[in-house]
Amino acid sequence: MFTFQESQVVAVTPGERLLTGSDLARVGGAMGKLVPPRSLVFALCSNTEGSLCGYLACLQNRVVPLMLDAEMDATLLGGLIQTYGPQYIWLPNETAQQTMFDGWPLRLNAEEYGYRLLENPRPTPNLKLHPDLALLLTTSGSTGSPKLVRISYDNLLANAESIAQYLEITAEERPITTLPMHYSYGLSVINSHLLRGATLLLTPRSIMEKEFWAFFREAGATSLSGVPYTYQMLKRLRLQRMELPTLRTLTQAGGKLGAELVHEYAEWAAQSGRRFVVMYGQTEATARMSYLPAEQALTRSASIGIPIPGGSFTVVDTEGKLIQTPETPGELVYRGANVSLGYAECPADLALGDVNHGVLHTGDVAQFDADGYYYIVGRLKRFVKIFGNRVNLDQAEQIARGLVSDCACTGEDDRLVVHITDSTQQEAMRSHMAATLGLHPSAIAVDVVAEIPKNSAGKIQYAALTR
Amino acid sequence: MTNQEKYNEAFMTSFSISADKLTGLTYQSIPEWDSVGHMTLVSALEDAFDIMLETDDIIDLSSYEKGQEILSSHYGIQF
Repeated sequence: MFTFQESQVVAVTPGERLLTGSDLARVGGAMGKLVPPRSLVFALCSNTEGSLCGYLACLQNRVVPLMLDAEMDATLLGGLIQTYGPQYIWLPNETAQQTMFDGWPLRLNAEEYGYRLLENPRPTPNLKLHPDLALLLTTSGSTGSPKLVRISYDNLLANAESIAQYLEITAEERPITTLPMHYSYGLSVINSHLLRGATLLLTPRSIMEKEFWAFFREAGATSLSGVPYTYQMLKRLRLQRMELPTLRTLTQAGGKLGAELVHEYAEWAAQSGRRFVVMYGQTEATARMSYLPAEQALTRSASIGIPIPGGSFTVVDTEGKLIQTPETPGELVYRGANVSLGYAECPADLALGDVNHGVLHTGDVAQFDADGYYYIVGRLKRFVKIFGNRVNLDQAEQIARGLVSDCACTGEDDRLVVHITDSTQQEAMRSHMAATLGLHPSAIAVDVVAEIPKNSAGKIQYAALTR
Repeated sequence: MTNQEKYNEAFMTSFSISADKLTGLTYQSIPEWDSVGHMTLVSALEDAFDIMLETDDIIDLSSYEKGQEILSSHYGIQF
């Protein structure tokens, strides 16, 4: 998938530590001697050398990683281990100390990176992984839902190639990590840059920490990426007034930023000789489906742009008929080599091949203008994006029911609202939802209502709740 | 409300925590004080004291104590 020269600097981390092609070959070789191809490995990710090495070693050895947040709640992780029974787990040393890994023998110790490989004493027997399967990603952040997206080697390569093309990525680029590696967008930044031989600037620090900006400056970052919330934070930090001479490209995806802010960033980018690139995608499409060319961002600030190279969009009505008239909303359907193989919800699903056949029904309602630029105008499914992560409202409601039975979930982007009738449970609900969904409590509002409106069939009337 | 009360209130509402947790509180020492929580805190402090924090001060505000030091030395707020 990726090839590296021995002396090539693949990544730089704070303290001017370099990760080279020969380092990767060493870890990859060690894993290859121990772990048979088509094994399932849980890879606990962070923006560190250990995490990157492990991911690349898996790809190199045709071992399949499920990419997970290293900070993920231990109970949720335990649940996933129970469901899928991976043969191995690649994780930071600190996490390996947890009692749930007692009795898991140490197989590989990448001491210099603080990561290790443990073997599961009780893996799923006769676990079969499809030959095309490259990796697994979760569908909604850190909720612990067992629903995974199955991504093939062809998917990875196709999407990385398209992104590298339209962003004109070269070996000179030095993107700094601002998104998690287990998140499809964050991973796509890594893949598209590795494909072109660029150098990743890896830091687990957030943009809210001065160490992040010190590293940004000393390592000379050329690009950064963010979800809508990142750009709201960057506005608060007054990015536009910061002295960042090496910064050339800013990309945004993971939800709708809002035309006004897009315009503001695009204007600043144009004036300062930079590019601001709005993009659109889903994990089900590996990552990316469309992008708005930087020169269009000022005039079409609300648009998700045009399909990526190699991909195409159509808009269909409720009967599935093609809509050919501009400005007419319908479901957005994407076709391309990056459309994932399908979902997995249990170990047996990992043996499945391609069920999507290159077609993805996005669940987003979109329309196009006379020049072929696409605009998202709504959603078919009940979900919201919270800080770039998709949260299914029906699933959230089920989680809420774990605390009180009479409840309903609604929301908008970056705000989940739980409606309950029992006012004594308000605070408890907020912490319950935050902990279980892995979300910041400030994104969750608990609204006490006299009753949850239902129709005669007992179905919740969501529209009546949000009025 | 005194400045100290306003300051504490900003932390307590931003992170939904009680007053006894404030001393020694640092960035990422509790799940609520992550980058999202940090934004909420910065807004709360700006509103409470009617100030605009500079970039360097926002990213320097890494603990409960450090915040007080920043507000008093750069924004003339007496505690």
